[in-house]
Amino acid sequence: MELAEAKEKIVEALTKKAKSKSKFYFNDLSKILELKPREAKKLVNKLVEDGVLEYWSSGSTTMYGLSGTGKQAGAEHED
Amino acid sequence: MAKHKTPLLDQLESGPWPSFVSDMKQEAAVRAKNEKNIEYQIPQDAVEDLLGVLELSYTDGTTHWKHGGIVGVFGYGGGVIGRYCDQPEMFPGVAHFHTMRVAQPAGKFYKTDFLKNLCDLWDFRGSGLTNMHGSTGDIILLGTTTPQLEEIFYELTHKFNQDLGGSGSNLRTPADCIGEARCEYACYDTQDLCHTLTQEYQDELHRPAFPYKFKFKFDGCPNCCVASIARSDMSFIGTWKDDIRIDQDAVAGYVNGDFPPNGGAHAGRDWGAFDIEKEVVGLCPTECMKYEDGKLEINNKECTRCMHCINVMPRALRPGKEKGCSILCGAKAPILDGAQMGSLLVPFIEVNKEDGYAAIKEVIEAIWDYWMEEGKNRERLGELMKRQGFQKLLEATDIKPVPQHVQEPRTNPYIFWKEEEVEGGWTRDVNEYRKNHLR
Ligand code: SF4
Ligand code: SF4
Repeated sequence: MELAEAKEKIVEALTKKAKSKSKFYFNDLSKILELKPREAKKLVNKLVEDGVLEYWSSGSTTMYGLSGTGKQAGAEHED
Repeated sequence: MAKHKTPLLDQLESGPWPSFVSDMKQEAAVRAKNEKNIEYQIPQDAVEDLLGVLELSYTDGTTHWKHGGIVGVFGYGGGVIGRYCDQPEMFPGVAHFHTMRVAQPAGKFYKTDFLKNLCDLWDFRGSGLTNMHGSTGDIILLGTTTPQLEEIFYELTHKFNQDLGGSGSNLRTPADCIGEARCEYACYDTQDLCHTLTQEYQDELHRPAFPYKFKFKFDGCPNCCVASIARSDMSFIGTWKDDIRIDQDAVAGYVNGDFPPNGGAHAGRDWGAFDIEKEVVGLCPTECMKYEDGKLEINNKECTRCMHCINVMPRALRPGKEKGCSILCGAKAPILDGAQMGSLLVPFIEVNKEDGYAAIKEVIEAIWDYWMEEGKNRERLGELMKRQGFQKLLEATDIKPVPQHVQEPRTNPYIFWKEEEVEGGWTRDVNEYRKNHLR
């Protein structure tokens, strides 16, 4: 899958859910991309590098969100 | 004068043990005086406020930290853990108080100037408080603000030649015992394996894509000094295939009292004369030792490599010569519930520096592929193994079941065959069947 296509799929899916959810597990992203985790990882990494996605981490788990949508200091269960 | 009154914390100092409260007060006083004229980059009274917020938590019985956030250094999805105080007006010094995890050197070998410089860096750009080491094994730098992160990262990587460690859904900072550097029990070079895999799996360490955390730990022998069997999703424990090497003269030396047992440990008390029957042979968990006519014998087939006899008589007994490691999977040690020890997956694997540890990497990567596909969000490998059964792990890693995998006699009387295991498969020719069986 091309990066542009991945970006479109991810941005569309995450924007749709933006009202109720701003943080997503890596698994959610590979499901959106319909790719195996290792394949998805390459594209997701690139999207983070390009600033489309950003990491959110509680220290024990990591989640992903569209850049600028999550709360900077949100705790794990207050989405 | 302390900024906040801390009567409850003060009580923690009254016991017989060293107290972290005293350490924090000491650092708070040093920062207040600032005799070295440091241009503190985070609030000078951060540690005062940390004591204050901790006192508040003891008073009202709840935490005032929010764990997590969008902080990190560019390109890394781990190593920095956002911490924010939920009472920033009362305790502005710790409103932002992030933790940084720094990879420790293999075997935790430091030079004093490294440690001094690290402390100087942390006084300058952080709270001055550290945790050496965290339970995963890394250097924990406690408390800094977001603008400091990139600066610290630059210093660490360019001047200290040290990297950030793992956090979140990453491979966590691998940890090893001191191994061959100081310990003659070591069955492989733990430091080299730990360091090599740390370099090899940089992407897994820094770019989180696992369902949850994943830990590697390396112990050179079954004494398990870094507790790999209890605390890592994949533990590599040194072992040997052949016989324990026995020096009968040295055995006699122990029996005659020429050498102190246990390398002279437990010497603070008179335990009486050394009794090889009671202290060694009688404590062998598999009862595979015998001491007769001044000769020690071991039935090595039954030995589980528990290390007991070797620990008691290190001059007389040594691990065999054909060394390698065992790989165990699925341990975890959460504080509240669900602690689990590792299960043996590979009884013996060669630890081959020459080929870059190819055999070991193959097992690791098969496990990751399996767990990344099948693991649920926040499910550790050990939980997936419980949920799907050990057999699935064997299939995923293409490892043939062997007696060492058996944990207990089976409780299910049925054996379920798979189609490919049965000659002819499940299909049959109905016409052929009808020839002998009427409708
Ligand atoms: S685990 Fe074994 S080899 Fe490693 S330091 Fe401990 S006793 Fe020595
Ligand atoms: S290592 Fe343990 S099991 Fe093996 S012979 Fe010694 S005491 Fe017995």
